[in-house]
Amino acid sequence: MIRRIVRFVDQRAGAAPFVRKALRYVFPDHWSFLLGEVALYCFILLVATGIYLTLFFEDSRSQTIYHGSYKPLQGEPMSRAYESVLHLSLDVKAGLLIRQTHHWAANVFLAAIVLHVLRVFFTGAFRKPRDLTYLVGLAMLFTAFVEGYLGYSLVDDLLSGMGLAIGYSVALSVPVIGANLGLLLWGGPFPGSPSFFPRMYIAHVLILPLIITALLTLHLVLVASRHHTQFRESPKTTEKQVVGVPTYPGQAPRSLGLMFAVFAVLFLLGGLVQINPIWLWGPYHVGEATNGAQPDWYLGWLIGALRLVPAFDLTVGGYTLVPNPFWGGALFPVVILLVLALWPWAERKVTGDDGLHNLLERPRDNAWRTSLGAAFLTWIFLGFMSGSADRVTVWLGLDYAAQIWAYRVLVWVLPVVVFFVVRRACRELVAWERLKSE
Amino acid sequence: MKRLLFILVLLFLAPARAAEPPQGVVANVAQGKSLYAANCSRCHGSRGEGLRDQGPSLKDVGALSGDFYVRTGYMPLDDPHAQPWRTRVLFSEQEIRSLVAFVATIGHGPAIPTPHWRSASVPAGKKLFTDRCAGCHQIAIAGGVLPGARIPSLNQATPRQIAEAVRIGPYLMPKFSRRAITPTQLNDIVAYVQYAKQPDDRGGWAIGHLGPWPEGMVTWLLAASALVATCIVIGRRQKRT
Amino acid sequence: MSRIKALLIAAIVLLLGRGRPRRERSEARIVPPGTPDPRAETLVLVLFAAVAVCGIAFIVVYAIDGIGHQTQLLGLALGLAFALLAVAFIVIARRLVVTEELAEPYPAEHPNEVETIEEILDESESRFTRRRLVKLAGTGALGTLGLAALTPALSLGPALDTDALTKTPWRRGRRLVDDSGKPIAATSIEAEAFYTAYPEGADRELIGSPIVVVRIGPGDEGVVAYSKICTHAGCAIALYRKPTFPDTQPGPALVCPCHYSSFDPADNGKVIFGPAGRALPRLPLEVDVDGNLRAAGNFSGPVGPSWSGVRQREARS
Repeated sequence: MIRRIVRFVDQRAGAAPFVRKALRYVFPDHWSFLLGEVALYCFILLVATGIYLTLFFEDSRSQTIYHGSYKPLQGEPMSRAYESVLHLSLDVKAGLLIRQTHHWAANVFLAAIVLHVLRVFFTGAFRKPRDLTYLVGLAMLFTAFVEGYLGYSLVDDLLSGMGLAIGYSVALSVPVIGANLGLLLWGGPFPGSPSFFPRMYIAHVLILPLIITALLTLHLVLVASRHHTQFRESPKTTEKQVVGVPTYPGQAPRSLGLMFAVFAVLFLLGGLVQINPIWLWGPYHVGEATNGAQPDWYLGWLIGALRLVPAFDLTVGGYTLVPNPFWGGALFPVVILLVLALWPWAERKVTGDDGLHNLLERPRDNAWRTSLGAAFLTWIFLGFMSGSADRVTVWLGLDYAAQIWAYRVLVWVLPVVVFFVVRRACRELVAWERLKSE
Repeated sequence: MKRLLFILVLLFLAPARAAEPPQGVVANVAQGKSLYAANCSRCHGSRGEGLRDQGPSLKDVGALSGDFYVRTGYMPLDDPHAQPWRTRVLFSEQEIRSLVAFVATIGHGPAIPTPHWRSASVPAGKKLFTDRCAGCHQIAIAGGVLPGARIPSLNQATPRQIAEAVRIGPYLMPKFSRRAITPTQLNDIVAYVQYAKQPDDRGGWAIGHLGPWPEGMVTWLLAASALVATCIVIGRRQKRT
Repeated sequence: MSRIKALLIAAIVLLLGRGRPRRERSEARIVPPGTPDPRAETLVLVLFAAVAVCGIAFIVVYAIDGIGHQTQLLGLALGLAFALLAVAFIVIARRLVVTEELAEPYPAEHPNEVETIEEILDESESRFTRRRLVKLAGTGALGTLGLAALTPALSLGPALDTDALTKTPWRRGRRLVDDSGKPIAATSIEAEAFYTAYPEGADRELIGSPIVVVRIGPGDEGVVAYSKICTHAGCAIALYRKPTFPDTQPGPALVCPCHYSSFDPADNGKVIFGPAGRALPRLPLEVDVDGNLRAAGNFSGPVGPSWSGVRQREARS
C-alpha cells in the first residue's frame, strides 16, 4: 500500500530520492532544539483558527447601535468590527473557544520565539553559516510583533483602541517625516479614514501571514540544508559530522507528540482561561479610557520605555524635531533590532573568527557573549519591569513616581552589574569544571 | 457539642452581617461624642473644626461621610499623610452608629443614602461608569493607580458605600453632587458596579479582569513552562541502538 | 444475506491487518530491529480510543444546547484529546520505535561551483564594451521605475497635508454638550467634579472633539476646559486627581491612564508629571445669554500627540 503511494509520487514528481534523504535526515538531540518547533506549531494553529475567525469578522469602523444578546451593552454605539467580535464571542457556538485559542496562540507564539532566540543566541548558533537563518528569524520575530498588535487592535475594544492611539503617536513622533507617516498609514488624522480598518485587516490576514510564511519556509529550508547545530557530546560530534536521531522512525513521533502537546495547551487555555473579554471592556471611543490598560505582553517592553522617558519634546527653535514617544516607542525597538541583527557580524569582527561553526558553545564557554547578552537582555527586561510599576504600586503600595525614578537609574546601572556578575559566573563555572575533571 | 454547633453557626453568619447593618441597634450621640474624642479629635479637632496638616474640618459632612469612612475602616487614620485604605473595622455596630450620629451633629450634612439599584439600568450605568469612573477604577472595577495614590477596587464596596463615595469624593477622588450625577444616574452606576462584581465570565478563569498583564503571566508561568517541560520530557536522551 | 456476511467478514479481516504477505527483504536492515513492547502498544491503543471519546464528547457538547459552560467543556474536550494524542506519540517515540544514532556529514562549501558560476557570468558579457555604464544605466532605469511603482502608496492617506492635523470641530460660539447631547450651564460646573463635553453637532470620534471641563475658581471665569486627548500618546485623559484635604494630599491634576502624564488645570494645562512634552491645549470658554457654555475660539494649540509642526501651527476650525 505504502509502496503504491510512494511509487505514484516518484513517477509524477521524482521525489523518491528526496523523501529517502528526508526520512533519514539527522536531528541532533537536545530538548532546547525543540523550542523553534513549538513556535512553528503555534503558527500553524494561528492560521487554522485565524481562518475560522475571518469567516465572522467585519472589518469596518462605521458605527452601529448594539441590540444583541449582551445586556450591559444594549443601546451602546459601537463599530461593526467590535459588534462582529461580540457576536462571535457571545452568540456563536465554539466561537469564543476559537477566538480565545487564537489569542492565546499569539501570546505563546511570541514567547516560544523569544525562548528560541535566547537559545540560539546563548549557544552561538547564529554564527556562520547560519547568520542568514538567524536574520530571517529576526525578521519573523519583528513581523510577529506587528502581526499580533494588528490582530488584537482589529477588535476595536476600549483597551486596543487606546493602544492604536499610542501607535499613531509613535508614528507621528518619527523626526521630520512622522506627521506624513501617520497620515499615510491611518489615511488621515486619528482615528483615521474608513479604509484604515480594512487596511489593518488585510495586513493581518493576508500580507503579514504571507510574509511570515515565506520567511518561515526560507528559515526551515536554510536550517535543513545546513543541518542543525549540535553540542559537543562525544568524539563523534565534530564540526564535520552531525550525530543524532533520524527523522523516521525516531524523530517523527516526537515532533508529532510535541505538536499535539502545543495544540493541547492552547486549546485548554482557550477553553479554560479567559483572555481579552471584550464585552467587559466595551467598545473604543476616542474620548474614553480605562485605568490599567496594557498592550499584550510582547509589547510590554515598549510601554515601559514610553513611561520612563522624561517629559520633553526635542525642539529646535519652534520646530519639534523629536516628539517624546520616539525614544521609547520607535528608537528603543529599532536599536534592539539593530543590535540583534548586527551581532553575528560584530562578533566576527571583534573575535576575528570568520570560520564556519557547526558546534554549539555552552553559555558558560563564551563568557563575553553570555555576559554581554545577559546585560542587553537586562536592559530590555527593565522595560517590562517599568511598564509593570503600576501593578507593583497596587500590590505593594510602593509609590509610582519613586519607582519610575528608580528605573531611570536602574536601566543603565543594572545591565553593567549583570555583565560583571554573569561574566564572573561563567568563568567560575568553567574553572570549577576543570578542577573537577582533574 | 451543641455549643460547638452554635459557635459554628455564628461564624457562618458573621460575614453575612458585615454586608448590611442589622436593625434594632440604637445610636447614642453621647457615646459617639466620647468615641470621637478618643479616635478622631487628634486630627479633626475637638469640635470637628479640622487641624492644619492633620485633618479636614467635619462641618456639614453629615452622616453620609461618617458612615462611609467608619464602615470602610478608612478612618481612624494613623498617619494623616497616608492614604486611607479599607481596613478591619474595630468598632461594634452600636459604636459605629453612635459615632456617625455624633458626626452628623457637626453642622448640617447629608443623610445616609439608600441607592435603589436593583431596578436601575446596567447599560446606562456602564456608560456612565466608563465616562466618570473607569479612568481611575478600571472598566471592570479592579482599581488601579494614579501618581500619588492607589485606587481601590470596588469589589468590596457595598451599594451604600458606592453611593456615599460618589458624593464625598474621598481622598483624591472627584466629588459628584446630585447635580453632577443625578440620583437616577447614581442608581445606574451602582447597578453596573454590582454587575461587575460577578460579570459574565463565560470565557473561563477571569484572572482578575485586568487584561493583558495577567494574560502575560499565564502565557509564561503556565503555557511556556508547560511547553518547556514537554520539550524536556520529549528530548530526554534514550539508550541508542 | 450471506453476501453481506461475506462482506462484513472481509472488512473485519482487512481491518485486522491480514494484508498481503511481506516480500522477501535483503539481510542487511536499514532500520535496526527493536524488541516489541506489547504493553506500550496496548497503552497507545487505549490512548487513541480515549482521544476518540474526547472527540465525540466535543461533538456532543457542541450539539446539545442545554449543556452550560460550553467554552470550558469544548476546550477541555479538544485540549484533552490533543493531550492524549501527544502522550500516545511520546509513548510511541520512547517505546515503540528504535532510537538510532546516525551520523551525517555537515555540508561543505562548493568552491569549484562558485568559481564556475562566476566564470559563466563573466564569459557571458563578452559582447559588451561599456559594461559599467550599461549596468549603471540599467540600475537607474529599474530604480526610477521602482520609485514610480511605489509612488501610488502616497495615496494611502493625505500624507502631504499635515494641516489636517490642526483641524478641530470647535469654533467661536460652538456650544458645549454633555454625553446625552444637552447643553451645559456654567453654574452646573462644580468644583471637585470633572465633566466630559463635546462640540454640539460634531463627530465625537475626532480627537479634536472631547474636552474635559473643571472648575478652578468661582464664577464664570473659574470654569476651564482642555482637550481630553493627552499630548503624549493620544489616550483620553480620564482621571481627575482632586484632593479632599490639600494640606496632606497631592494637588489637583488631570491625569492620563496610559503613561500617567499629569496636567495642572489651574496652570494652563502645564505638565507636572509623566512623559508628555507639551501642555494640554486649552479651549477658551464663554457663557451665552442662556447661561450655557460655548467655545470662545479654538484650542490654544493643536490637539493630540506632538509632531514636527505642532508648535508652529495653530488649531483651526
